[in-house]
Amino acid sequence: MSKPVSALEGASYQGFAKVEEVGLRGMITIRGDLKSAGMKKAAAAATGLDVPGQREVKLDGDTALAWMSSDELLAMVPYAEVDDRIAAIDKALKGKHYLAVNVSDARAIFRLSGGNAREVIAKLSPVDMSSDAFGLGQIRRTRMAQVPAAFWVDETGAIMVVCFRSVAQYVFDLLKGAAENGNQVGYLN
Amino acid sequence: MLILTCPCCGVTGEETEFHAGGEAHIKRFGPGSDDEQFHSYMFAKENAKGVHFERWRHNNGCGKWFHAARCTTTLEVFGTYSAQTYEPPKEIKDKISARRPGWSWREFA
Ligand SMILES: [Zn+2]
Repeated sequence: MSKPVSALEGASYQGFAKVEEVGLRGMITIRGDLKSAGMKKAAAAATGLDVPGQREVKLDGDTALAWMSSDELLAMVPYAEVDDRIAAIDKALKGKHYLAVNVSDARAIFRLSGGNAREVIAKLSPVDMSSDAFGLGQIRRTRMAQVPAAFWVDETGAIMVVCFRSVAQYVFDLLKGAAENGNQVGYLN
Repeated sequence: MLILTCPCCGVTGEETEFHAGGEAHIKRFGPGSDDEQFHSYMFAKENAKGVHFERWRHNNGCGKWFHAARCTTTLEVFGTYSAQTYEPPKEIKDKISARRPGWSWREFA
């Protein structure tokens, strides 16, 4: 068995906000009927969390369950437990029309912390990042400069960013550039 | 800059989050159709000045397709609606009528 490594092996940068690649995170794409009883069971079995509503993310420490579209969820779980969690989903949705796939190694995940973390995102995505418009429990899929990305705010106020692994370096460089000291805009707090 | 609201995920975003998918409500003619039908399906597009109907995809968001009714001269968006329909819903047509009385677009008015 080869040793799994994350895209940037934990690269980090300290500017006016801190950018860190979080490392390996188990991620499962789940598609199916989000309103069904089976999906509720599958969500609970895989993450212990409820099925999130439109554009919501349910959080419990490093475990999360995010609404990606009207028929898609993204479960985030410990990397080593993905196969077990998928088995639990398969059991809960047996016989139903659904899909549960391990996408852990197809993604990269970043953590953005510090007082002005929102400002870093606001420079890169066409999204209102004021805390009134975007708060805890919401997830936003959008673009970050030229690539798709999704982000949410965690309980500590840090912003978690998920993107495709193939563009991990690009996204890290974007975040780094936007977080560079002296580049504060000071519009969002 | 167009501001569109995706009816699938509810996000209101600017057009760089979306991708235009061409004219809406096109009836397709494939195998078995005659040359005239195929020609009109393939090449005869509306190129409207004013009220227009288009397909859009929320490609940097939820990934879903939807329809949009907008004005090509002012970029005003009258409304967006489900992709699962053959014609604009009444509610959208009413909104257009309120802003552009007497409008018509192909067989719709
Ligand atoms: Zn959408």
